[in-house]
Amino acid sequence: MKLELRGITKRFGALVANNNISLTVESGEIHALLGENGAGKSTLMNVLYGLYIAEEGEILLDDVVQKFAGPGDAMNAGIGMVHQHFMLVPVFTVAENVVLGHEQTTFGGRLDLSAARAKVREISDRFGFDIDPDALIEDLPVGVQQRVEIIKALSQDAKVLVFDEPTAVLTPQETDELMIIMRQLAESGTSIVFITHKLREVRAVADRITVIRLGTVVGEASPTATNAELASLMVGRAVELTVHKNAPELRGTALSVKNLTVIDARNQVVVNNVSFDVQAGEVLAIAGVQGNGQTELTEALIGLQHHVTGSIELDGKPLRGHSVRHILDSGVGFVPEDRTEDGLVADFSIAENLMLDRSSGAPFVKGGNLQLGFRAKFAAEKIHEFDIRSQGSDMEAGRLSGGNQQKVVLARELSRDLRLFVAAQPTRGLDVGSIEFVHTRIIETRDSGIPVIVVSTELDEVVALADRIAVMYRGEIVGIVPGTTPRATLGLMMAGEHAPATEAVL
Amino acid sequence: MSTLTEGTAPVPASAPIVKPTVKIRSWKIPITFGGFAVLSLILFVGLGRGQRGELSTFRLSEGRDLIQLPEVALPTFVTGVFVAIVLVLLAAVSAWLVYSHRKISIVLTILFALLFLVGFLAWAASGSTIPVPGLLIGTVTLSAPLIFGALGGVLSERAGVVNVAIEAQLLAGAFSSAVVASATGNPYIGLLAAMVAGALVSMVLAAFALKYLVDQVIVGVVLNVLVIGLTSFLYSQVLAPSANLNSPDVFPRLNIPLLSEIPIIGPVLFRQTIIVYVMYVAVAVVYFGLFRTKWGLRVRAVGEHPQAADTVGINVNRTRFVAVTLGGVISGFGGAYFTLGAVGAFNKEMTNGMGFIALAAVIFGQWHPIKATLAALLFGFATNLQNVLGIIGSPVPSEFMLMLPYVVTIFAVAGFVGRSRAPAADGKPYIK
Repeated sequence: MKLELRGITKRFGALVANNNISLTVESGEIHALLGENGAGKSTLMNVLYGLYIAEEGEILLDDVVQKFAGPGDAMNAGIGMVHQHFMLVPVFTVAENVVLGHEQTTFGGRLDLSAARAKVREISDRFGFDIDPDALIEDLPVGVQQRVEIIKALSQDAKVLVFDEPTAVLTPQETDELMIIMRQLAESGTSIVFITHKLREVRAVADRITVIRLGTVVGEASPTATNAELASLMVGRAVELTVHKNAPELRGTALSVKNLTVIDARNQVVVNNVSFDVQAGEVLAIAGVQGNGQTELTEALIGLQHHVTGSIELDGKPLRGHSVRHILDSGVGFVPEDRTEDGLVADFSIAENLMLDRSSGAPFVKGGNLQLGFRAKFAAEKIHEFDIRSQGSDMEAGRLSGGNQQKVVLARELSRDLRLFVAAQPTRGLDVGSIEFVHTRIIETRDSGIPVIVVSTELDEVVALADRIAVMYRGEIVGIVPGTTPRATLGLMMAGEHAPATEAVL
Repeated sequence: MSTLTEGTAPVPASAPIVKPTVKIRSWKIPITFGGFAVLSLILFVGLGRGQRGELSTFRLSEGRDLIQLPEVALPTFVTGVFVAIVLVLLAAVSAWLVYSHRKISIVLTILFALLFLVGFLAWAASGSTIPVPGLLIGTVTLSAPLIFGALGGVLSERAGVVNVAIEAQLLAGAFSSAVVASATGNPYIGLLAAMVAGALVSMVLAAFALKYLVDQVIVGVVLNVLVIGLTSFLYSQVLAPSANLNSPDVFPRLNIPLLSEIPIIGPVLFRQTIIVYVMYVAVAVVYFGLFRTKWGLRVRAVGEHPQAADTVGINVNRTRFVAVTLGGVISGFGGAYFTLGAVGAFNKEMTNGMGFIALAAVIFGQWHPIKATLAALLFGFATNLQNVLGIIGSPVPSEFMLMLPYVVTIFAVAGFVGRSRAPAADGKPYIK
């Protein structure tokens, strides 16, 4: 089925999320929609899927104008969507999720799941998925959950399938498999819209590429374009894709973690007997697909987890079992992975956020009184030093862009007297310019002799920053390898395979 | 690593992730058992009640039963000593099980509770007679409003709207059923009025929660206060001066042929009013509706993941509105029990906090209609135990016994709520 968008404009108040966007996807084509976070890709697809109503423009399927009042209409017209955040009910079975919204019933309104089971099996066999229709979603790995999303769309006879950032949660292997599936689908005549900001994937699978920046189509490219060409088209200027850094100057072991185990509230072992050292002056990157214990590991380091066994020593002094306050005072800087939830108070001003973890005493508080003059001066300095684009230090942090919010968090943490710096997902959802800034700062921190731990699910980021890479899988460290390890090896390790000769670098 | 290679490994099977779990030894149960064992030692042995050979009699049949079971008379002190010793042993067994990392079976817990109950009843009834069928009949009767309230709460919360306003729904049902049944002279129309009143209260809740996105707990609390104030006002201004508006016919107990003659079970389950019979049906219907129908699947979907429901074309707010309203219908019906099933007149604040106990039953029952019903029965039993012991003259001060249902509620909810999981979107309004 041929999909055509003509002159779509979608506004949220004063913000123009999509400005006169036109796009044509031919039958059986994989059309990549490339753009940075916040460029308006997801908004466009939500318009296509009937979740938003566009102010202007029209949607055509096989040259017939469509009117979608809701996702139900879009689905009936043959549009299916694989959402970035899966639209699956975790406590339902696969069959229940697939059938939701299109249930068949027998006498007395009884739910008839047997047809749904058969459909799941049929589609699953066609693509070699091997999915049990009666498995609970919450028990399935994310890669399999994504396949359930695909089955869900196909069970409604989707002829146009939209994949919204589908690889964000996948291992490199799963990503490869997904691309094979996308190819299979395209060959069977399904039109595919592939939304992403990852250049490598676009070049691997797309037939055509449309690049979006700030809500506007800025150009089309062919898959033969180079990474640099695509990146500059996407960002609007030439982009430095690599981080410049010198060889690390190692100054002895600073952080030593031994046999660390973390048990969560549901008594599950989320970090399992993990041991590693970090030297002063090096970056240890913790790679792995999201949800393999990285979050809990960093939270254990900062004292936010309750059931922790093993030992954490910083400069020979134990940290485990101490309060968060004590750990911060010992010189641990922490960038949490969710800056809007844990990194900032959105309703506080920039200045207030900059002193958030230093409210217990001088220089920000004296005799129980906030030192407002000092704070204002401090904030002004940091805004300048970290290039925080704002309307002044009194501006609410929640109104800053993601990149500037992250700079506030970095400024707060890096302006303390640090002995260890832990950054979890430091560039998630940031624009390319901010990513460059954050990476430069992390390397500067390393070069000043501070041990740095960077947790990232983005292989690009891991490879760019790391001196050594620890790969986590299901709560365990699969291996610790040098920063120069090839991506293929890292990808296998992220899927749980032990690296060849890991001991050599320990 | 993202370039396509020929002959990539086959797509792996959908093997569920098995995260290793560890058993952290929980000493909660042995400590609780230990506490009760010590309590039984003190009460049954230490206080020495019944040492002069008094008997505690358990009457198992009612006078008009066809099949008469003999009365069971137990020597109070000997029974107490025996029970206390067994309880101490059971506590020790549970401690040993926990120590050796084994599971404490639910059977052990039930055995422990039953034994303690028998010991306690024997101790309290020293020298007198406990009417066992009466105790259980009252349990079912008193549980009726709790069960209706809990079912209403389950429906509403499964759809994702926290229902703190069960008390208001019960009270509104009680008031309107009394007035309408009196005015029309037909208690069945009174039942209808109770359902309408409950629905109206829950529609206010739904409108504020879903349309105006007001905090659902706050709306619920305000509704409770509002309905208490409104019914009390109308009672003193309208009902008190004209008593003929507040004298509805009370539903008689209907004996179901044959079934009502089964020993013990018969009188308990099948010599009840129509309200209780409707309750049996309601439990089954709510269970079937939630877990076996298309409608129920959608209700649970909007309570767990409203966005997912929206993306498959389900109208989230409409589904929620209907579920909350139906919940109000059921709770309101339960309110009629107070006036048409028991007292025969409306009194100020006559629901007396039952709505909150019903809410506790929802949570204790893990948002499941049948488990919530069992929880409500437990609370009903505690309430009726207090009544019965008050009548036969128990050695425990009556003020203390009045606390019993609430103490049971707190223990039950505090002890078990950690394990239950609310619907994921419960209390969260859905904003696109």
